[in-house]
Amino acid sequence: MKPVYINSVGSVSAQKTYDNDDFLEEIMTYNDTILRVIDPDYKAHIPPAAARRMAKGIKMSTVSAKTALKEAGLENVDAIIVGTGLGCIGDSEKFVSAIIDNKEQFLTPTRFIQSSHNTVAGQIAISLGCNGYNYTYVHSAISFESCLVDALVQIRNEEANHILVGGVDEIVAHHVDTHRLINHIKSEPVSTEHLLQSNTAGCVMAEGAHFFVLSNQKKETTYAELTAVTTYNTLSRDKLTEKTIDFLSQNGETLENIDLIILGNNGDDGFDSYYGILSDGIFKNTPQAYYKHLSGEFDTASAFGFWLAAKILRGGTIPKAVQLNQIKAKKPMNILLYNQYRGENHSLVLLKRC
Amino acid sequence: MGKGVAITGMGMISAIGKNVTENYRSLISEKMGISRISHIDTIHKNEIMVGEISATNAALEKQLGLPENSWSRTALIGAIAAKEAVTHASITEMNDCRTGLVSGTTVGGMDKSEQYFYQYFEDDSEWHHINGLHAGDSTQKIAHSLGLEESFSTTISTACSSAANAIMLGARMIRSGQLDRVIVGGTDSLSKFTINGFKTLMILSDTYNTPFDENRKGLNLGEAAAYLVLESDSLIEKEGKKVLGYVKGYGNANDAFHQTASSENGDGAVLAMKKALQVAGLTPEEIDYVNAHGTATPNNDLSEGRAMLRVFDGKVPEFSSTKAFTGHTLATAGAVEAVYSLLALQHNTIYPNLNFKTPMTEFDLMPQTKLKNKELRTVLSNSFGFGGNCTTLLFSKNA
Repeated sequence: MKPVYINSVGSVSAQKTYDNDDFLEEIMTYNDTILRVIDPDYKAHIPPAAARRMAKGIKMSTVSAKTALKEAGLENVDAIIVGTGLGCIGDSEKFVSAIIDNKEQFLTPTRFIQSSHNTVAGQIAISLGCNGYNYTYVHSAISFESCLVDALVQIRNEEANHILVGGVDEIVAHHVDTHRLINHIKSEPVSTEHLLQSNTAGCVMAEGAHFFVLSNQKKETTYAELTAVTTYNTLSRDKLTEKTIDFLSQNGETLENIDLIILGNNGDDGFDSYYGILSDGIFKNTPQAYYKHLSGEFDTASAFGFWLAAKILRGGTIPKAVQLNQIKAKKPMNILLYNQYRGENHSLVLLKRC
Repeated sequence: MGKGVAITGMGMISAIGKNVTENYRSLISEKMGISRISHIDTIHKNEIMVGEISATNAALEKQLGLPENSWSRTALIGAIAAKEAVTHASITEMNDCRTGLVSGTTVGGMDKSEQYFYQYFEDDSEWHHINGLHAGDSTQKIAHSLGLEESFSTTISTACSSAANAIMLGARMIRSGQLDRVIVGGTDSLSKFTINGFKTLMILSDTYNTPFDENRKGLNLGEAAAYLVLESDSLIEKEGKKVLGYVKGYGNANDAFHQTASSENGDGAVLAMKKALQVAGLTPEEIDYVNAHGTATPNNDLSEGRAMLRVFDGKVPEFSSTKAFTGHTLATAGAVEAVYSLLALQHNTIYPNLNFKTPMTEFDLMPQTKLKNKELRTVLSNSFGFGGNCTTLLFSKNA
């Protein structure tokens, strides 16, 4: 099978990740129930006049996508595939409230246009002049993984050479306020260090934009090889171990070959038990890492996990802040990522050093 | 180049019928589904016309055996259409092979979100709709109602080409051996959100939409859900299944011109059509009928018309838009028209482009205005959306 390489990364998150030379050297700590991104210098990437009208999701994505393209040394790509749980939800909320408050009068189109889930992918295509394949996946916690599934098929079938894939979500008031009502967001602040000991329902909700260039050609900038991705709409706790072992064996890997497992624990005491099944079970003796105490939770937060895995495979070191257990890792060769949200939309992703 | 991907089932609900059979009957009897809006209380009700599904949410919920006001209308019609497709494909055990679901939507649960936007903070009676807003929720509910488990289930939102892209992804997943069977299509219900959004863009007609007519005034919004079942050759062989037709080709391109308008000469559309022909290994002369996107907006019909003239080198085969029947069903349009394309192939029938009177001045293009019988082997279907998204699907009788 044709190898698929991760040739570059771009990240805007609640950590200082926008600079690719840095790798979680300074950890931003929080004590909150929601996190916002550390804003990069948007002006350096977007003309101020344009930035004023832009939804935050577009701004974050523009910086993140440009960072990834620049690092990969590409002016254009064959395909753009974006994942987002909610798109530019801030514009959607403003448009809906304007409809209600103004009784369907005096509305302007900008909010509506930016509400279209594929706005980010469309804007990137326009800015690059990219006439290629252009998709947007909007499926909760596997929005980003759907992009990876698609990109893998394209590169392996020689339908594309270079693909820009990304995940983006923004955090906005009405969404937060309503999800607090149903306890999807924690009611009490939790500190970064103690997220997994909160023993409370819900997550610390956040936002972010992560982009990557996947390619059929290995380059100096290559971070890692993406070898496999799978997703499950449902998965019971009883079946998780079996499915994970099946996934590894279908892709020619064994448990022993996994040097690091990166888990999507978000501190929700109702659902973190899924991760516990793997971390206390078949991966008990495997080095483990987690990241949502740094990134927060959002539909495409798993793209932060993917970014983390890529950085670890290229640099060979696992930042102390993400270590979940005390088992010392050697220079990792194979990393497995597992994520789910509220017991649905599970994903397994396998990356390899190259 | 490529053998087509087999289609074994289809299901749909739209303004012109609650199932596939009713839709076909309306198409051949020239029965439009465009009317004044009845289910949504909007101040624009006397200025717009819509393609509305007649059933109320309560009736749809009864049909699905759900308690009242439990799901968004998007999920309700989606589940009904997907179930029809699965039954049509004679699937009794959903999880006996690698089955997937790929669904397109633009509004998701916005119909409920806009209704209870402030009420959520007053009482807890509608809190079950809060998490129903996101687009993937409708797909999860459809998967659940089909009994699909531990499977690849995802949602695509590329505006008005969403379902066409869902069909394309499904076909690619079968072709590349990732899945044995996949249910593909889309669902979108009407909402105040979309009505007002399109109103601000000033592309809603105040009367019946007239695709490809010189005096076209814009689109009528519609609502629909439609799904196909695609299956691998080995599964078809094993089960001795009847094949309805094939997804023979597909092409996706971006116009990279403007967020909500198509380029003057339809560059993205040309690329999508050419790619689809290339994937199918067909020449333009081998296309027997084009089911056009034809939304009846000034911009789309001009751009698409020019694109067709370029792809077919001036010799455009019979074409028509069925939007005059259904309205523009947004995310679902590509799946609605996929079902219509398959029915066209099965019955060797080209549907009339209703409401057409005057040819456009910019070019010499006449849509098919009368129902026509003609031996059809390959049908081309276009779907274009905001964000410059252009998708073409080719359906054929033979693999």
